[in-house]
Amino acid sequence: MSGGFNEIHEAPTTFWSKYIVSYDHKVIAKQFLWYAIFFLGVGGMMALMIRWTLAYPGQPFPIIGKLLLPSTGGVIPPDTYAMLFTLHGTIMIFYAITPLLIGAFGNYCIPLMIGARDMAFPLLNMLSFWFAALSGLILLASLFLPLGGAAGGWTSYPTLSTLIGSPGDGQTLWCLAIFVLGISSTMGAVNYITTVITLRAPGMGYFDMPLTVWGLWLTAILNAIFVPVLGAGVMLLLMDRMFGTTFFLAGASATAGSGDPVLFQHVFWIFGHPEVYILILPAWGIVSDLLSFFSRKPAFGAKATAMSMTAVTILSTLVYGHHMFTTQMSPLLTQSFMTLTMTISIPSAIFFANWLGTIWKGSIRFDSPMLFSLGVVFVFGLGGLTGLHLGTVTTDLYLHDTYFVVGHFHYTMAASVLLGGYAGIYFWFPKMFGRMMNEMMAKIHFWGTMIPLNGIFFGMLMVGYGGMHRRIYNPFVYDSLKRLIPINEMITISAILMGLFQIVFVANFLYSLWKGAKAPSNPWNVGTLEWTLPSPPVHHNYDEIPVVKCGPHELGNPNLKNGRDFQYQTEELVKG
Amino acid sequence: MAHASTGALAPHPERNDAQFGKASIGKLAMWIFLITDAMSFSGFLLAYAVLRSTMDWPHPADHLGINLSGFATFILVCSSVSMVLVIDACKHKNRQSMLNWFLVTIAGGVIFLGIQVYEYQHLVHLGMTFSQFAHGNNLFSSTFYMITGFHGLHVLTGVIYLICEYIAARRGRYDNGNYDRLEILGLFWHFVDLVWILVFTFIYLV
Repeated sequence: MSGGFNEIHEAPTTFWSKYIVSYDHKVIAKQFLWYAIFFLGVGGMMALMIRWTLAYPGQPFPIIGKLLLPSTGGVIPPDTYAMLFTLHGTIMIFYAITPLLIGAFGNYCIPLMIGARDMAFPLLNMLSFWFAALSGLILLASLFLPLGGAAGGWTSYPTLSTLIGSPGDGQTLWCLAIFVLGISSTMGAVNYITTVITLRAPGMGYFDMPLTVWGLWLTAILNAIFVPVLGAGVMLLLMDRMFGTTFFLAGASATAGSGDPVLFQHVFWIFGHPEVYILILPAWGIVSDLLSFFSRKPAFGAKATAMSMTAVTILSTLVYGHHMFTTQMSPLLTQSFMTLTMTISIPSAIFFANWLGTIWKGSIRFDSPMLFSLGVVFVFGLGGLTGLHLGTVTTDLYLHDTYFVVGHFHYTMAASVLLGGYAGIYFWFPKMFGRMMNEMMAKIHFWGTMIPLNGIFFGMLMVGYGGMHRRIYNPFVYDSLKRLIPINEMITISAILMGLFQIVFVANFLYSLWKGAKAPSNPWNVGTLEWTLPSPPVHHNYDEIPVVKCGPHELGNPNLKNGRDFQYQTEELVKG
Repeated sequence: MAHASTGALAPHPERNDAQFGKASIGKLAMWIFLITDAMSFSGFLLAYAVLRSTMDWPHPADHLGINLSGFATFILVCSSVSMVLVIDACKHKNRQSMLNWFLVTIAGGVIFLGIQVYEYQHLVHLGMTFSQFAHGNNLFSSTFYMITGFHGLHVLTGVIYLICEYIAARRGRYDNGNYDRLEILGLFWHFVDLVWILVFTFIYLV
């Protein structure tokens, strides 16, 4: 075995090596966390501007509108609107959710929860963050170009994203930013997969890993396989834009010869469908663990949950065509994709039932991480059910490109993942920073997020069912959609409310960072490996690599006699 | 039965090699990276397949020099063989032979790249540029340069990687017979070779 892995390295001493180019997975996790919170703010502000335009078309955006758009007096013009929804999608998916769940929790939880001293390749880990930072910089820079940032939708379909549809350099920089981010994701994924396979503590089999690690591991596998396909796609698009090739140009838009615009959709969704599972799998994992921890019961069917998450991972690679039912696919193909898509319901239903089985008859503690986890169960249920409408060809032909789609994917990708992310932040904050977050403010934040969130996304389902198309600047120029204005106002007011309640979170986060009560080593009384360490853990995590003797969810065992209702993974399972 | 005969094979020299049949962490990571890299080639080859099958496509042999590229393929395959001999020489702690085979491998990669540069120049001269093709569908030349160019970058990366390890070998890193890092390098080099055989088949021959 080549040496150097899992050894104690000396803690860095200078500011530069400690906080900027740190190799320590815990510091890199915090870097990703700050990165994600920053971009959540940017993407959220963009969402508010989109919502404002849809509820009050033609009226100036309040307070900061005049500052951002002086030439129009604060009114958001159509081209800016297109840019906003494009970058809102891009930022939230690639720059907020991905770094939050995969960058921050992946880095923080994987080594600690499997009993390793760091990732297998700390240097690669550090580079992964800085490539992501470079990518974020490129994307933000595109906002300051004369023609603004990318405006072809987050999916960047040609011909919208070719030089004819987007003449500005914003789209070019978008492609470049996504490519660089792809490099970062690939580095991270190779690192995570290797770490989980090789650095698990002695005694820890795959099914002794917490389900959080399972989710993150499966996500990394999907990332490793499918991000390069997107890389190839955006590289071809970049060539079309910069060197005059015609891979995706067709018809009159091609100067000579002609390519195939639909080809990009294929390449994009081969990556794009696994991407939605890339985002949701870590949240599933976190929720599966937290539901057990706060119900003080072993996770019901933990093995089945892990297996069904694996099944979803495999199936997710075979269903991408359901995004393209309206591209004149052969009915034989649409039927096949529909059938495969419906098959995903089976493993999803299994772990969903396991979640309910876990909380059934548990002695539930409604701490903030649990509240957010229960929130995920609720919103993911809705998101999953509305997915059936879109996976079925007949209903999808009507609902395609409406706000129903927007509502559906926000329920799954935005609501579930965001709530899962918050659950994770509230849960691991004490371990990360050594201080407790304020529980009262956390609960206010939960209800202030949960209620408006459903107002927003359920409202979207309703207006979409009513026929409102996504991406139209002012839908109300159509008489048939005028009756949807009140619902749109309700959505926008909910969005503003939800935005305001995020201030509570930021305030709580910042306040607790410096002034929060000192966290004990195990504030939630759970037995996974990271809670055997002091909060925050020392630089090399484990003085001695722990030996794992039982599973991660040994709670509420009636045979426990030592006054605790849980046992650590390092303890032999107590039997009657 | 097979099980019975494995016992009889025990004195075989491979059985005494502590590194035989064990994947180090680095080797595992290289395998995972190669899957990743294979998927990026898949993306390009998929696009190529769709474009080629749905439109008017010139016959490659009419426009590409198969003989020269066939020779380049031969060189690249040979450099894979010499890579194996590097590892073998390292295993037998034969320093001079290891360094020599290293040079042969590097030369193979450099000759391949040289042929590719010569080929590109020649094709541009015949009216085949990245965005334009004088004798038919532009996508023929665009996909050709995109895919062979992407592969060429891999060969270039491989050559740089080989040179770095060659310098390390000269400084004595592999004198102790631990060939793990060389095997990781070899994995990448064989992958580049294997992908070229696919690319050569799909772009030049079919």
